[in-house]
Amino acid sequence: MSDPTEPRGEAPRAHDLDPDVALEEPGAASPATGTATVDARATATGPGGPTEPDAPPPSRWHTMLRQIATGNALISVLSVILALIVGAIMIAFTDERVQETSAYFFARPSDMLGAIWDSVSGAYAALFQGSIYNFRRDTFLAGIRPLTETLTFATPLIAGGLGVALAFRVGMFNIGGRGQMLIAASVAGWIGFGFDLPWGLHMLVALIGGMVGGAIWAGIAGVLKARTGAHEVIVTIMLNYVAFYLVSWMLRTPGLLQAPGSSNPKTPGMKDTAIFPALLGPQFNLHLGFLLALAATFLVWWILNRSSLGFKFRAVGINPNAARVAGINVKSMYVYAMLISGALLGLAGVNQVLGTVTTGFTAGIDAGIGFDAITVALLGRSTPWGTFAAGILFGAFKAGGFSMQAAEGVPIEIVLVVQSLIVLFIAAPPLVRTIFRLPDPNAKPKRARKAAKKEVAAK
Amino acid sequence: MTRTAEHHDVSPQAVTLDTTVVTSWKAPIAFAIFTVVALALAVFAPRSGDTTYRWSRETDAIQVPDLVVPAEQALWAVVALLAVATVYSVLLVRSKRRVPLWLIVVFAILFMFGFLTWAGAGSSLPMIGLLFGSLSLAVPLIFGSLAGVIGERAGVVNIAIEGQLLAGAFTAAVVASVTGQPWLGLVAAMVAGMLVGMVLAAFAIKYFVDQIIVGVVLNVLVTGLTSFFFSQVLAPNAATLNTPPRFDRLPIPLLSDIPIIGPVFFRQTVIVYLMYIAVALVFFGLFYTRWGLRVRAVGEHPQAADTVGINVNRTRFWNVALAGAIAGLGGTFFTIGSGIAFNKEMTAGAGFIALAAVIFGQWDPIKATLAALLFGFASNLQNTLSVIGSPVPSEFMLMLPYVVTIFAVAGLVGRSRPPAADGKPYIKS
Repeated sequence: MSDPTEPRGEAPRAHDLDPDVALEEPGAASPATGTATVDARATATGPGGPTEPDAPPPSRWHTMLRQIATGNALISVLSVILALIVGAIMIAFTDERVQETSAYFFARPSDMLGAIWDSVSGAYAALFQGSIYNFRRDTFLAGIRPLTETLTFATPLIAGGLGVALAFRVGMFNIGGRGQMLIAASVAGWIGFGFDLPWGLHMLVALIGGMVGGAIWAGIAGVLKARTGAHEVIVTIMLNYVAFYLVSWMLRTPGLLQAPGSSNPKTPGMKDTAIFPALLGPQFNLHLGFLLALAATFLVWWILNRSSLGFKFRAVGINPNAARVAGINVKSMYVYAMLISGALLGLAGVNQVLGTVTTGFTAGIDAGIGFDAITVALLGRSTPWGTFAAGILFGAFKAGGFSMQAAEGVPIEIVLVVQSLIVLFIAAPPLVRTIFRLPDPNAKPKRARKAAKKEVAAK
Repeated sequence: MTRTAEHHDVSPQAVTLDTTVVTSWKAPIAFAIFTVVALALAVFAPRSGDTTYRWSRETDAIQVPDLVVPAEQALWAVVALLAVATVYSVLLVRSKRRVPLWLIVVFAILFMFGFLTWAGAGSSLPMIGLLFGSLSLAVPLIFGSLAGVIGERAGVVNIAIEGQLLAGAFTAAVVASVTGQPWLGLVAAMVAGMLVGMVLAAFAIKYFVDQIIVGVVLNVLVTGLTSFFFSQVLAPNAATLNTPPRFDRLPIPLLSDIPIIGPVFFRQTVIVYLMYIAVALVFFGLFYTRWGLRVRAVGEHPQAADTVGINVNRTRFWNVALAGAIAGLGGTFFTIGSGIAFNKEMTAGAGFIALAAVIFGQWDPIKATLAALLFGFASNLQNTLSVIGSPVPSEFMLMLPYVVTIFAVAGLVGRSRPPAADGKPYIKS
């Protein structure tokens, strides 16, 4: 296994231009280094750049059109569309009415086409109405409720995604989100139901306790990597299972986490003083956790892009050997990064017990968010605000997926397929370009190509 | 933790060579921790009574006598021996010598014996069932780790083992149910695993997408696809689509009558025999054939391989596809191998354990197989101990393999070295 964020392929050559610039480039250290820096280089030496002195400068419209056609934003939009099309095909093929009408397709094709349209449009309308705005409600407040649900679902995904993204930037792969969330949830939950503290303070103590719990659980992997060279992927996977069984045991042992007088492996409900307050009043589920996730995004952005610690993080992530030569203590960076990463995943776990499921939790409290967070971080290209946006997108899919399942009977797993396809397509811009026959940003415009060739020959 | 000492060896030819011996305190520290654990069991949770190790079943032709051990005395004897081993390892490291592998193996076996004796005090341990079940549970892990070894030796990180196992389990169940032929299910599972491998290879090799991203995403994709089709198609038509026939146990004549070994290794299903063949073939192929040399070359130094005329990307593509087929074969264990209907996410993280076995086994097919066997043993130990009534909460028993892995990776394996070009796409310039 190699470091996931190690610069590879074309990247080093792009960095040669100016290492500091490369470090500041947010995409440069993301796991998608190859594509990101290829794009960066394309803009540096692209149309109008200094490399083709002989070529007449292309018109502004031409440049702008090319930038739109080759830009990352368009690729992202097209990736989402492609993934939705694949999802539509799956929905249509497994729909019962479509299967019935396909039997007499050649006799009356309109029946089958109509059935396909009904199944797909119904499912995606339900997805939209479950995640953004429900037009069937009378008032605006009732109609906008799905959007707040989206943000509620997005909250732990953002926090967890930030944790995974931060580890990625330091060259580490934290698959241990599940374990870190479970430990954090247990600590926060234990403080939340077991102690009597004034309002506000109680919440704060539980929050900090949970985040420390998550940080310690991830820190084990960081310390072992730094001290003994144990691979963090193995250790975090193993710690997931250890945490799961540890929490399961505590949940069925009276006196630890189990609710008194109950035989179910479940905790009692949280005390009111510890529960995150609702942001928009009691009729919405959105709670303080979302603001915390927003603050965490800003904090991670600040750490990575503005602090000296973040500079060291990125240096270690791009090239640990160079960082060591430059006097950075690489080992302690691994430990710090895992601690912060674990604290962020801990925030996701705390958010679950103090915000979303406040009536007591079981060992399934992590709800797969620890793994979803990896996809969120990948989609966000390991940048803080990218992760934030990806978290909201996946939150929308989750919220809409449940309503799609309820309204149209389409299994929620379709959301997993669409999500993973989006990440896959976004990670491979050439594939999307080939499908939509878009120009390649690396291929120079025809007029410039000749000049560039001449320059290469001169070198 | 690590010390370096210089030795000046004088060879008979009077040529002075400097050799560096790197010693590490990791093994003695790990030994000490396990010795203390054993001591704590003996002091704080003493259990009296005899532990009976049963080595054969009533139906066996040749009966091996049971081994009866008094639990308390045996545990104390084990503690004493463990302490001796720890002291010996400390002395070795102090005199700048390495802790030999045999000592680690003996230590592990001693500890295991002590623990089993303690846990089984007052009852009898069916050793055949324990070992037989361990081997069965390890089958998907072994196939998965072989897939991981081939992929990573060729320079492509395969995190999608989980997805390949799941795809294999799903396809095997459906095809075997529809056709009624488990063999067809087996072939279909290999094709399914191969397809997942090909997608991984295409994205990693053609589009230079980070291999870890593709692997993680493919796991999610396969989980989503199989769960979707399970809920939407398989569950309503379970009778026709999801009642796979199973492979029957196939005792091998003569070999299956050998005491202990026979019932454990040679009364298994075809999938297990295929596993023996696969391990042997992969080991022999990787290290003694032209194919293996090429695979290792493109994984270690693709430029050099390219220079001598090996098509790096084509070699990688087909080997990742092959690895996918092997993992898909492992997936059949879950459905047609055990006669169980497919269910959502039924592989339950086995692919990740296989990945751990790859790294634990240092990218070597034999060592990875042994690591997978260790995981299988630990998970089956829990089953066995819960049947005879273990004094330890079952959660801690279930936790044991994972804790042991962490210790092993941190204490004994340490900084394992992956193939040099592992995870890096080869861009021909």
